[in-house]
Amino acid sequence: MSLHTEPVVVNIGPHHPSTHGVFRMRVTFDGENVQDVEPVIGYLHRGTEKLAEERQYSQVITLTDRLDYVASMTNNQAYVLSCEKLIDIEVPDRGKYLRTIAAELQRVASHLVGVGFFLAELGGFGGTALMYCFRERERILDMFEMLCGARITVSFMRIGGVFQDAPEEFWPALRKFLDEMPGYADELNKLIFESEIVQARTKNVSVISADQAIDASLTGPILRASGVPWDIRAAQPYDAYDQVKFDVITAQGGDNFDRFWVRMLEVEQSLKIIEQCYRDIRSGPVRSTTSLLFRPSPGEAYVPIEAPKGELGFYLVSDGSIAPYRCKIRSPSFISLTLFKEMLVGWKLADIIVSLGSLDFNMGEVDR
Amino acid sequence: MYGSGMLKAFGVTLQNFLRKPSTVQYPEERLQQHPRFRGQEFTWYEERCTGCASCAKYCPLGIIKIVTDPSGGDYQDGGSYRIDQFDIDQARCMYCGICVEACPYDALHMGTRFEAATYSREDLVITIDDLRARPKHPSAWFRPQLAKEGFDPFTEIADWREVGRETYFWHPKRPEMVPEDLAQKASSDGDYDKSQDND
Amino acid sequence: MGEALAENIVYRHVYEFILSVFGSELAWLAYAIATFSVVLLVVNVLMLLATFYTWAERRLLGRFTNRLGPNRAGPFGLLQALADAVKLLTKEDIVPRSADRWVFNIAPIVMLGSVLMAMGVIPLGEKTFLADLNIGLLYLVAVSGLGSIAVLMAGYASANKFSTFGAMRAAAVLISYEIPLVMSLLSITILAGSMSLIEVVNSQTIPFLLVTPLAAFIFLTAMSAELNRSPFDITEGESEIVAGYLTEYSGMKFGTFMLAEFAALMVAGAVFAVLFLQGWKWAILPSHIWMLLKVGLFALLATWVRSTLPRLRPDQILTFAWKFLFPLSLINVIALSVQRLLLADEFGNLQQQDMWLMVVSNWILMVVAVPVLIKITNRKSGIPFGESAKFHVGKGV
Ligand code: SF4
Ligand code: SF4
Repeated sequence: MSLHTEPVVVNIGPHHPSTHGVFRMRVTFDGENVQDVEPVIGYLHRGTEKLAEERQYSQVITLTDRLDYVASMTNNQAYVLSCEKLIDIEVPDRGKYLRTIAAELQRVASHLVGVGFFLAELGGFGGTALMYCFRERERILDMFEMLCGARITVSFMRIGGVFQDAPEEFWPALRKFLDEMPGYADELNKLIFESEIVQARTKNVSVISADQAIDASLTGPILRASGVPWDIRAAQPYDAYDQVKFDVITAQGGDNFDRFWVRMLEVEQSLKIIEQCYRDIRSGPVRSTTSLLFRPSPGEAYVPIEAPKGELGFYLVSDGSIAPYRCKIRSPSFISLTLFKEMLVGWKLADIIVSLGSLDFNMGEVDR
Repeated sequence: MYGSGMLKAFGVTLQNFLRKPSTVQYPEERLQQHPRFRGQEFTWYEERCTGCASCAKYCPLGIIKIVTDPSGGDYQDGGSYRIDQFDIDQARCMYCGICVEACPYDALHMGTRFEAATYSREDLVITIDDLRARPKHPSAWFRPQLAKEGFDPFTEIADWREVGRETYFWHPKRPEMVPEDLAQKASSDGDYDKSQDND
Repeated sequence: MGEALAENIVYRHVYEFILSVFGSELAWLAYAIATFSVVLLVVNVLMLLATFYTWAERRLLGRFTNRLGPNRAGPFGLLQALADAVKLLTKEDIVPRSADRWVFNIAPIVMLGSVLMAMGVIPLGEKTFLADLNIGLLYLVAVSGLGSIAVLMAGYASANKFSTFGAMRAAAVLISYEIPLVMSLLSITILAGSMSLIEVVNSQTIPFLLVTPLAAFIFLTAMSAELNRSPFDITEGESEIVAGYLTEYSGMKFGTFMLAEFAALMVAGAVFAVLFLQGWKWAILPSHIWMLLKVGLFALLATWVRSTLPRLRPDQILTFAWKFLFPLSLINVIALSVQRLLLADEFGNLQQQDMWLMVVSNWILMVVAVPVLIKITNRKSGIPFGESAKFHVGKGV
């Protein structure tokens, strides 16, 4: 005798504890198995691209803070790099180094948030890894406060450098962080990645092959977890990345575990980069003299950077006025969702939450 | 051995169990803010403000409203407009600080506090009277001269003469605002030279 | 069982007081009132413990996660449970329109009832128990199953898909884990020669935790699955199915569920103490205190596990039950039976030196059986026992 069953459609989100913001999935379940899944996005759409067209170039920096609010530094960086290409100015060395340090700190912070939520999504008590990660992230945010007076919406970088030099207190704090962070990273390794339950839950789940990843133009840790050693910091260095040495982390599995594992290893590499910047930074101006208001000559510019979540770039078109004529944002989170369906179909309800988390997307950036 | 990873995880949680809590008991205990903290409650120096409205123009959200009036003074001679209205709609402000960066006369500064919760949105609009009445705790954000002197905006109050990127003598056509002794001192220091190329 | 109750101090005093007031012709009334007062006492002690534990767990979890936990209501936040109760009582009591009203409303009561009924046979100290059933263990199994039925009821009646998910998972867990649970209780019965919990305690000259570690392990695992405790808390796995069967509940109904859940943990702790830790026995301190300490130890362990381990996937949980725990419990029961057959004297009693022999042999059995079984399961199914981590970390560019 066979039981008559019917697939059932469940709306996961937009109000759901682990959909990373207001993201909605219409999932067709057969029991606990996912038969079909359809992402519904747009709940956090704020029209950033349009807003940017109505603001002067320097004002748009504040808008970029709010794209990926877990990594605002790198958003700033991507935008100002594009602007600098547009108006063709050089950034003083110290400014470049400060930017690199800030961006790498931001990468650590962003990865910590991603990894922290990993255990919560796997169903551990929501606070454990998350609190440990947030405790460390807190110190990074403290450093951001020293740099620029804000913790999340930083607006630290300016076209032509950073807005101001780092205060004296910043350097000892950075030193302390660099010394202590590896220990905490080790703790996280033990708590999360060595646990057999975590491995049983995430290994070989939602595998993305290298070809698939490239076809879907995935970037960042997701791509590298599939075994493609592509990192814009190494391939097309910007700011001070051509001055530092680091490894491009890859893993072979392309599964949920590897995606997080790559992030964890990247934290180490980031610390290494910061260490080198800390060593090499020289005194000097941090900002070339640019006015807040300028009119670039007509043209276009696009500078991709390696944001914590992947390739981020602002495609700016100028028509010679004070505001960009067009500002297209290539946001990594949105493109990470390309393989959404292929990743999730066939897995279980419990898996799709983790797979979703392994993409580490951010709705502020997806919906823009 | 299978299970050793889990045992290590137990070790980590136990280790953290014994560690000092990383949280603070907020209303009683506070985290130390950095002097650069971009807080709410703008600090505005009427003496310095010329009513040029650069701040209003550069605010990405356009939330600063400035209404000026001819003051009857001689503008060529350094007289400034009378400022009738200077409203900042804090409810929409994102504390980006661009207005502060844009102010050419160092008249506007970020504040230091962060607890401005009110019961209505109207209460969040800072009016010119509020700005006048506020104790002046300018944040050191974008004011390196304040940071350099180790100014602590949480306890100290800064006079309008102390907050400029340069000394206040760079706007010297209003000698009545300069105390006698300081004017004497400055003229002998040579700072006063700036006045010569003022046009 | 009347005799057992009659030894209780509270019972005796109330009984005699009522008799002295009304005279001996109203003995039935005195019996009823006295019994009721003891029941009231036991129930309230349990409830008090459960509410205390809600606070304790949150404080402990706080410390495990490097925080402080609730510390505002009252000294050390001790009144937190009270504050929560007040909050829950003032919340609107919502019943979804398409819900099955009756079942929806009854479910929390059934849940709480199942926990309270279990208290009936558990000795809380020397001569402190309501009934000494000679089928105590069987009764416990029966009653604890009722809790899962309540979950099923709640999930089905809520007319919410997440609730249904939770309910179905609860049913699956119930079916799978009841068997290892019963098996581990069976091994206790083999050791103690009785199903009465009092007898079990009395026969523990050595804690059964030492004598049969496998049974203790199986009991703990199965119990945490039945109780929805980490790492088996799929029934209300908050990151996946919002709150599982609790999704639609609000106000005091939700509170009742939570209270029942925490009380169930207390009961499970008490059962564990009785079965494996010699119950109320041990030297120096009064028996009730020992019992409390042992329950507290269990609760601490449960909290620690909760703070550390992530959840397994439902299919992995079932695989774990059927392919690992079930054979393990079978091995344990067979081993214990053989040991008893060989070691018991002509009256069927086990001497203490025989027990020590069993301790040694059972620990050896555990050390051998568990890895071997893991190997076998690993080969057969792959899940949940993956190969341990081998990272291929390459360097590119
Ligand atoms: S801080 Fe930013 S948003 Fe607020 S008033 Fe100044 S420029 Fe406008
Ligand atoms: S605060 Fe500064 S920018 Fe604004 S009107 Fe006054 S002088 Fe001009």
